[in-house]
Amino acid sequence: MNGPKLFAAYQQKLKKEAKIVLTWQLSILILFFAFWEVASRLYWIDPLLFSSPSRVFSSIWGRLIQGSLLGHIQITLFETILGFLIGTIAGIVIASMLWSFHRFSKVMDPYLVVFNAMPKVALGPILIVALGPGYLSIIAMGFIISVIVTTLVVFAAFNEVDQNYLKVLRSFDASKWQCFKEAVFPASLPAIISTLKVNVGLSWVGVIVGEYLVSKQGLGYLIIYGFQVFDFTLVMSSLVIIAILAAIMYKTVEKIEQLLIRK
Amino acid sequence: MSYLTLDGVSHYYFSKKQYTESLHNISFSVKKNEFVALLGPSGCGKSTLLSMISGMLQPAEGEILINGEKIEISDLEIGYMLQQDYLFPWKTIIDNVLIGPQIRKRQTSDLKQKAIALLEEVGLKNVTDKYPSELSGGMRQRAALIRTLITEPEILLLDEPFSALDFQTKLKLEVLVSDLLKAYQKTAVLVTHDIGEAISMSDRIILMSSNPGAIAKIYDVPVELRDESPFLARKHPKYGRLFDKIWADLDQQKHTVKPVEENAYERS
Repeated sequence: MNGPKLFAAYQQKLKKEAKIVLTWQLSILILFFAFWEVASRLYWIDPLLFSSPSRVFSSIWGRLIQGSLLGHIQITLFETILGFLIGTIAGIVIASMLWSFHRFSKVMDPYLVVFNAMPKVALGPILIVALGPGYLSIIAMGFIISVIVTTLVVFAAFNEVDQNYLKVLRSFDASKWQCFKEAVFPASLPAIISTLKVNVGLSWVGVIVGEYLVSKQGLGYLIIYGFQVFDFTLVMSSLVIIAILAAIMYKTVEKIEQLLIRK
Repeated sequence: MSYLTLDGVSHYYFSKKQYTESLHNISFSVKKNEFVALLGPSGCGKSTLLSMISGMLQPAEGEILINGEKIEISDLEIGYMLQQDYLFPWKTIIDNVLIGPQIRKRQTSDLKQKAIALLEEVGLKNVTDKYPSELSGGMRQRAALIRTLITEPEILLLDEPFSALDFQTKLKLEVLVSDLLKAYQKTAVLVTHDIGEAISMSDRIILMSSNPGAIAKIYDVPVELRDESPFLARKHPKYGRLFDKIWADLDQQKHTVKPVEENAYERS
């Protein structure tokens, strides 16, 4: 029988493919930083504006040892995660309400469309006035930027659930809440997870913009501060940290997805 | 003694500009333990009729009685099987089968044992903890059948439950359902567009015409065919004769059928 042999060869092929992809990914990363470093040292780009990896990493290292960086990271991370969670959960709750009350959803439709199309960042100044220049405004920014799009996407997913699943449940005299719990919500989980992924990015936008506007702490503040004192190494360092944190958050959502959705 | 009675049932479909009468003055009755097939072309409203018998849809006119009681107030169990299994992909087979009792909050460990026994009876051993995607179409439809039977329905409504299966699986399931219904003495209404299925499974066939859906003719299936299992009934000489008769009637219907537009009354 050739089965086991062919299967081993197939597995080998998969492993090899994964290795090739990883090699390319690492190469691009290294090449990018190498090119950045070289370009900066040879003055192809202005090192004052674009800094260089060596300076960025020594700056990050220095601030880590000094102890000032961790506080900024903590605050921004806290605000982002909170804004992300509140925005996502509120979006799902509103979508559930829209699903439960058909007329309510029809009434709300134009308002949702307008609110979705509006640049939420423009609400920043109003938030600061209303909630004060602190955490609250920044978290509200992270929330407001993701809540409407979550509502719309999740509500659409609720409506796309195959009506026959509901028919099955109704033949057992299921209540509306039971239909929601047993069929509508679980069937929409893939859509909900993909909005989670989008919201990771959005809540970072909201929080960083919020910090631009108000804060005296956080990574957004570091960017603005670095810009004001013309320390672009600091700006770049903050960007690198944000990129790493956002990627970790995204990966976490992916892990949650694997746990929740069985194929 | 009639068990399920439909008396002058009509139904309308509304759209913004017009309305269509989808069912017109349907009256028939089903005796206890009888198996009745509703046979007709697609769009004749036979599935709508089934939804109304299940109580999910109210008839616009007329009434549906079970045991002399209006369907809305009757608390008799009615089992409903759809064209596809519609097992919930995120639930295991056993959880799918027990969804009815779970919704009615009547779940017991006895019931679970019963579900496992029933699953084994229809040839589904060791699948209780599997997910529907791991099963073949025929196995899934069998699991869906057990999901319907576990609540011990008095009346079983079958909405073309075999139409999505390949021919061999379909025949096997027909035999299985027929045997189970006889064993548990259930009353059943089967909706189908398959003449052979109607003849081989049922005691009586109600042929429907469309636009609007109405009863065209009622056939009594010969006793010899009723007692046979669906597979053997198909080989019986009387099967062929009844088939030809129904075929001829359906064919004639097609020629006399009016186009849809004529029956969709414009609202002025």
